[in-house]
Amino acid sequence: MSRNNNNLNSNRSALVLKELIRHRLFIPIAFLAFLLLINVFINPGFLGVSLGRDSSGNPVLIGNLINILNNAAELVILAIGMTLVTASSRGQDISVGATVAIAGGVIMRVLCGNETQPTELHAPIIVALLLGCLAGMACGAFNGILVSKFNIQPMVATLILFTAGRSIGSMAMGGLKPKAAAEFGYYGNFIPGFPIPTPILITIVVVAVTFLALKITNLSLYTRAVGINDKSSSLNGLNPALIKFLTFVILGLCVGIAGFVQASRVQTVNPYTIVPGIEMDVILAVALGGNSLSGGKFNMTGSIIGAYTIQTLTSMLTTLNVNTNAVPVFKAVIIIMLVVIQSPIVKSFLGNKFTVLKSTVGDGKERG
Amino acid sequence: MQDTVLTMRGIYKSFPGVRALQNVDFTLCEGEIHALMGENGAGKSTLIKVLTGVYSKNAGEICIKGINKPHIKSPQEAQKLGISTVYQEITLCPNLTVAENLFIGRTNNLFVNWKKRNSRAECILQGLGIPAKPAQQLSSCSIAVQQMVAIARAVDMDCKVLILDEPTSSLDDQEVAKLFALMRELKSRGVGIVFVTHFLEQVYEVCDKITVLRNGELVGEYQIKDLPRVELVAKMMGKELGDLAEIHNKTQSNTNDSKEVIIETEGLSSTSGIKPFDFTAYKGEVTGFAGLLGSGRSECVRAIFGADKVTNGTLRIKGEHVNITTPIKAMKKGIGYLSEDRKRDGIIGDLSVRENIILALQVMRGFFKPFTKAQAQAFADEYISLLGIKTASADTPISSLSGGNQQKVILARWLLTHPNYLILDEPTRGIDIGTKVEIQKLVLKLASEGMSITFISSEIEEMLRTCSRLIVMRDLYVVGELKDEDMTQDKIMYTIAGGETQNVQKQ
Repeated sequence: MSRNNNNLNSNRSALVLKELIRHRLFIPIAFLAFLLLINVFINPGFLGVSLGRDSSGNPVLIGNLINILNNAAELVILAIGMTLVTASSRGQDISVGATVAIAGGVIMRVLCGNETQPTELHAPIIVALLLGCLAGMACGAFNGILVSKFNIQPMVATLILFTAGRSIGSMAMGGLKPKAAAEFGYYGNFIPGFPIPTPILITIVVVAVTFLALKITNLSLYTRAVGINDKSSSLNGLNPALIKFLTFVILGLCVGIAGFVQASRVQTVNPYTIVPGIEMDVILAVALGGNSLSGGKFNMTGSIIGAYTIQTLTSMLTTLNVNTNAVPVFKAVIIIMLVVIQSPIVKSFLGNKFTVLKSTVGDGKERG
Repeated sequence: MQDTVLTMRGIYKSFPGVRALQNVDFTLCEGEIHALMGENGAGKSTLIKVLTGVYSKNAGEICIKGINKPHIKSPQEAQKLGISTVYQEITLCPNLTVAENLFIGRTNNLFVNWKKRNSRAECILQGLGIPAKPAQQLSSCSIAVQQMVAIARAVDMDCKVLILDEPTSSLDDQEVAKLFALMRELKSRGVGIVFVTHFLEQVYEVCDKITVLRNGELVGEYQIKDLPRVELVAKMMGKELGDLAEIHNKTQSNTNDSKEVIIETEGLSSTSGIKPFDFTAYKGEVTGFAGLLGSGRSECVRAIFGADKVTNGTLRIKGEHVNITTPIKAMKKGIGYLSEDRKRDGIIGDLSVRENIILALQVMRGFFKPFTKAQAQAFADEYISLLGIKTASADTPISSLSGGNQQKVILARWLLTHPNYLILDEPTRGIDIGTKVEIQKLVLKLASEGMSITFISSEIEEMLRTCSRLIVMRDLYVVGELKDEDMTQDKIMYTIAGGETQNVQKQ
């Protein structure tokens, strides 16, 4: 009797464990948790958040966790757009770093005009934001047309703006390096009197809008359908080219917002050094989130977790006093490990190891 | 008598679960054009792949010009033995010149005398009458010329057996004529040509002999003059030809006069190459398009649905003139289309059964009006039980279902849109008998409820059971329309083989 009960219990826990491991978000979450754990191990006070005051005496939240959430803003916002592009076009946009420079350049030009050190803003910030987003969306539309109308591989199509984007950003600023008035800095730092960094708030809004949009429109269904089988999709009345185009424009919007946050952090933009190499971090974030880079199904939550994972990794390496120049190497090593763990070969190998457990639990899946 | 260049005896080949070839013989003589005929899945391509070393056979023997070669292990070995294949898709390099394509990969010399090579290429091209220059880039030639270059390459490699696998499907009439001239030229040089095609006319134009395969078995080898078209059709379909004298008079009272017209086409044609056709579908009627593979059955309905770009002609729905350019327009006019190739054009593999069911209706409803999960689930549940779809849950990805159940899901997708006119293109291909019968019954039930349905199938019996009127097609032309007592297997085969085209009748 008691043995029976034991069996039942172990079966149930095995089932729960299996469900947990099979969940699409298991590896991304587990890895993020693992990284945080290492950080706590290195620095027991890692997770601590305290209320401090900045130089002008305003209350601000201080802590590693806050820093990670703050600095990951651009990465998270871009990963959202990249996830959609990846799903629909079965490829990636490698121009996001360069187009952030364009959007940032446009924003600076709107705010500063032709002055280098203006004492007040030349235009309302909302206008700058809108024009920046418009610039980003124009870049997205350019990429989108190349991919959807001319059937150019996304990586090749976006190589054009990847190459030219930073120079275009510099041209947008008229070749100047202006610094905007301090009030523009609220959006990349703190709004005086409010202790949570503004980029975190912006990220929350963008994520919320994204999930709302996925809920109240068919963006998710259409994107996945087109990414999985565009022939079938077009016979079901969809316009695959239009949907691919749309995802690139959405990514462009994300680029505009990311450019706004990034420009606001130091109230200036150096188009040649702004967000260096972020395109690869964004693509990695999508991959770490358990998304196939060859398109089709996607997992937005996974991508967002992936973005935070990469930011955690970056700041961990900085905390460990790894030489800034060596950070990419460490990042690469860790990411290779992660990608290999998620690869089908390793998964099926682990799956085989797991069959013993499976056979005791029984597979509920039926085939018709 | 001519010398035999190739003999294949007792070839067996099986794949897991399928016997692709059973005891097939094939003989090819020098200077002969030999048609290899058969419907889908008859084993034509398997036989060719065995011959060219792509597949290894399970049993049987192959003799080439007297040499007994029990095994041809690779296409390279086959080429060395003088067996060359030219496929429908060009397998040359379009970015190289004609001369480079003729000689690439054939020598191990490090140095190349381009001048000599180009003049040699010039010789070959002129000798075969191919209108191309050696230094021309291959991609700048028409498809027909590219194919000819591929053939020239094969011929220059001293091939004894030349296999042409559906070479004419992407050529227009003039190009086909040029290709045939080249084939006759090669024939006179003593090359044995195996010609795979599904165009009956072309077979009777150039071939000397026909070998017919069906379901992986040899039906027989015939001299072209001994096998009238209608018998060829009968042999390909596996039907014994009954007494043709029984054919009834064509005059029939038109019972459709009283019925409401749903779809009416006049001279409709599309970019797929389909010749202009007239077609009418009435409310509550099941119509069918009959014809061999590639005869244009699917192309007709694809033109109606807007899946191919319509180039000419008019389409009226319930008497109203409509201009359908995209599937969504057709869907909004109440047309549903279950496509021929389920895997490629039907299912969306990684999406769940539920998402696959609601997809078409959802697209019609619009981007900003997604169904709630509960609504979608209700639709899915309704049709899963209505059609008896066997699936673990509505969340299961459709790709993990069996073929028959996948087809039911696609059927559910279109039924959910409540179309006035439903096109079912090969809905029963590759699915089990039980499901086939269920689908046939469902078609009749839907028609009795007033839906107009077009049913296309490669199986004649199935069409006879379900359809009340048949449009017969051959080589992209509509060649006849059969109904009532005219609808017999014999009459259908007779029409496929020899019926007049719609266009001719008009003139």
